[in-house]
Amino acid sequence: MKKPKVGFYWCASCGGCEEAVLDLAEDILGVVAAIELVFWPVALDFKRSDVEAMDDGEIAVCFVNGAIRTSEQNEMVKLLRKKSQLIAAFGSCAQLGGIPGLANMFNREEMIKEVYLRSPSVNNDAEITPKEDIQVNEGNLILPALWDTVKALDHVIDVDYFLPGCPPPVNLIEDVFNMIVEGELPPKRTVLAPDVALCDECERREKKPDKLTLKEFKSPFEINIDPQECLLAQGLLCLGPVTRKGCGGACIKANMPCTGCMGPTGRVRDFGAKALTAIATSIDSKDEKEINAIVDSILDPVGTLYRYSLPASFLHRHYEKMLIGGSK
Amino acid sequence: MSTVGTGSNDKCKIGVYVCHCGINISSKVDVSKTVRFAAKLPHVTVSREYKFMCADPGQDLIQQDIRDGRINRAVVASCSPLMHEPTFRNTMAEAGGNPFLFQMANIREHVSWVTLDNTAATEKAMSLISAAVERVVFHQPLMPNRVPVHPDVLVVGGGIAGIHAALTLADAGQKVYLVEREPSIGGHMAKFDKTFPTLDCSACILTPKMSAVRAHSNITLWSYSEVIGVDGFVGNFKVRVRRKPRYIIEERCVGCLDCIEACIYKSGKVPDEFNEGLVKRKPVYIPFPQATPLVAVIDAKTCIGIRTGKCKMTCIDACERDAIDLNQSEEINEIEVGAIILATGFKTFNAKRIYRYGYGKYSNIYTSLELERMVNAAGPTGGEITLKNGQKPKAVGIVHCVGSRDNKTNKYCSKVCCMYSLKLAHLIKERTGAEVYNFYIDMRTPGKGYEEFYDRLLEENVHFIRGRVAEITDWVMTPEEEGKLVIRAEDTLVGVVRRVPVDMVVLSVGLEPQPDAEDVGRLFNISCTREGWFLERHPKLAPVSTFTDGIFLAGACQGPKDIPDSVAQAGAAAAEALALIDRGYVVLEPNTAYVQDELCSGCKTCIDLCPYGAISFDDEKDTAKVNGALCKGCGTCVASCPSGSLQQYLFTDDQIFSEIKGVILYA
Repeated sequence: MKKPKVGFYWCASCGGCEEAVLDLAEDILGVVAAIELVFWPVALDFKRSDVEAMDDGEIAVCFVNGAIRTSEQNEMVKLLRKKSQLIAAFGSCAQLGGIPGLANMFNREEMIKEVYLRSPSVNNDAEITPKEDIQVNEGNLILPALWDTVKALDHVIDVDYFLPGCPPPVNLIEDVFNMIVEGELPPKRTVLAPDVALCDECERREKKPDKLTLKEFKSPFEINIDPQECLLAQGLLCLGPVTRKGCGGACIKANMPCTGCMGPTGRVRDFGAKALTAIATSIDSKDEKEINAIVDSILDPVGTLYRYSLPASFLHRHYEKMLIGGSK
Repeated sequence: MSTVGTGSNDKCKIGVYVCHCGINISSKVDVSKTVRFAAKLPHVTVSREYKFMCADPGQDLIQQDIRDGRINRAVVASCSPLMHEPTFRNTMAEAGGNPFLFQMANIREHVSWVTLDNTAATEKAMSLISAAVERVVFHQPLMPNRVPVHPDVLVVGGGIAGIHAALTLADAGQKVYLVEREPSIGGHMAKFDKTFPTLDCSACILTPKMSAVRAHSNITLWSYSEVIGVDGFVGNFKVRVRRKPRYIIEERCVGCLDCIEACIYKSGKVPDEFNEGLVKRKPVYIPFPQATPLVAVIDAKTCIGIRTGKCKMTCIDACERDAIDLNQSEEINEIEVGAIILATGFKTFNAKRIYRYGYGKYSNIYTSLELERMVNAAGPTGGEITLKNGQKPKAVGIVHCVGSRDNKTNKYCSKVCCMYSLKLAHLIKERTGAEVYNFYIDMRTPGKGYEEFYDRLLEENVHFIRGRVAEITDWVMTPEEEGKLVIRAEDTLVGVVRRVPVDMVVLSVGLEPQPDAEDVGRLFNISCTREGWFLERHPKLAPVSTFTDGIFLAGACQGPKDIPDSVAQAGAAAAEALALIDRGYVVLEPNTAYVQDELCSGCKTCIDLCPYGAISFDDEKDTAKVNGALCKGCGTCVASCPSGSLQQYLFTDDQIFSEIKGVILYA
């Protein structure tokens, strides 16, 4: 039997997703034996021209990680879409916009200023900032354009499957490879993880009270976290109830609250909004002032509740800035 | 909950019917244009208009289209669903369609009545029709559940309202449980001497009814008892009643008073609640001579036998019937009833809250209820109105609106105070011949024979001074004020500030909700108004119903009321309960929430949120579960579910989002 051709590509991502593939450890040998790797720039020396030379649909599955925020990424994923039968968004950045998606709270000009001029670790008296098109002695240099708005993969191309997580858990990655090798594919647009929230597999669920009565939300560094008690009951903003399971509660086993990287269940259209309603129910006060004070104890609400999903949310981005920058 | 028919699998064929509502809609909305617009919407096979969709010919249009197979879903664009949703659902069902494959677009209350511009109104109507069409595509065929009704009724509170409701139901052949918190039924009415405006002896008209309660074979009377738990839903309530220990075996006691006589306390030790604390009672007592049941009760807080065990327990020796049991413990009874009538009454305003009136500071200032006891022939003074020094007062001031119509205490009018103040004025005048001064803001005497009673008082030379009393003081300014209480008020009819010296002051205290009304409301799943009165379902058209089906209100727990109104309302509540029982079943609206078991993570976010107690945690499956019969379809749990595993029939996410999409797509 002919081995299915598989590609990997990364866009706006940290590289963690690529490492997650290596977390398969020795199991990766079985994977490599069963498939043919035709494109994986981070690990092997493939060029764009190699992809361009392929027939349309030649790649059986291409895994794309990272959000889309440059013209180059946009071009590459469109090319890969053409050359691949199936595209799988790999990890929360590709699925929902991920951590880079929080840039949607600002615009391009602000970000460039912050990174190249204002950052305390930068010494840039000449105020040099990246330019898309610049004339130097050697000729005209063109860089990919940085977009004003970070997008999830399916905002720019059709996506067949989504593998959630930051990064996706090893067992789910294995399942996907097996699925491809066996050729047993679920319906299009399936999120390849169980469609139940994390509490279901949480070891501390028994300890969760019927009613949470929180007077303050705390950050993990502020308290001695009890390793057995429900983290929400301890005042930590654990997003387990909102987040899809499949990770085995890795963070919770490490005594840290769930930050929601596995994204919402298939029935939820907006992760942060759902998280907010769930949190609102646990606030133990009927006094508006006190409620405001409790809510104010959530530091960085967008960064907490939409940590991985701002571009895919109803909010999408900071509205005022969209008018200034213009979304591409 | 069950789904019926094959509607969801059929090809979706939607009929849109736009109503003119005479000219209510058509004067603002270009109906023909909306009909042409609707015809082009997806899945719409029929689009029609009619002058009155709710009239038979209008409904026939829908039915004919269903029978001819042209449509299997319908959108009617007309008035508010509150008005005619049941009508059109019926229309659907009668023609063999499913009543829930239907959606209304409200283009009257939401459009034509509130939009000035005709073009804008038409646009808005079209966007709402578009939304309804998008939504009805996702409607599922549903069937409401029928649940049988338990024929017994619980009446909570044994004042005149509760007594009347219980007797009405019992006379109709229904089995009634009457639960009263105090040792005896009778409520406030039992404390009154006379009733206005007829001056009937209160006890003479009340006690026969109290005896009837005691004797009625259909009534189970539990006095000195409280409801502590209510589960279930209309037609099928499960109620837990705590019977407090009275340390007297009720079946044995005949009310002979021997134990009271024999108590080692030779005189009263504890303020007598029934007499508003004007006198003291012993730890073992019978609240009043006509108490029902006529059974003694021992107050565990003050009986030294129960408290310390060190007492000669002379009461036990005195009781020939061995009715005293100092080791009695409370008893919890569980009952099942189909309907509940709440008649938990009111409390009177605490006059100490208005310190300027000197209640509790000066002697010879009484609340109206204290005076009721004083003028009562069976009261502590045998009906004599006397000052603390034993003399009869020569001048008495009656201050109206104490704790009523006052921004600082209660804004509302307590409704009964003007009339009872007139009654007390009459009785004081009759018994003492004193000059009586009524200080009032407005005299409010609407009611049969009430204004005539006021006229009579005017003829009896009772003084009326229009003005809210500023203060009551013993600070005298003239020799004739010496030793008197001085009432200071602006006489607003004359425009002068008056100082009226009197010997006695009566504060006409207003009515307030029971202090635990909020808790009781929560127990029975009903709401309270801002003040704490139980909230009726509709102030005009459902005045004794509540938002919890099967729970009805009677008497002053719903708001200040006099005796005739309380009795009338009690009769109405009894009739509502009877109507429910007589029908024998309840139909439950299928807009309930449901848990998608296999998708629920068991995070418990929803468990404590349900205002109707419909959600519980299934420890076996580790998921939430909704009792569809208890669920009112408020959607709180559905919105809260962090993983979207709770959904609600008639309000699924698909339905709501497609509705929004319908509006946005149009725009």
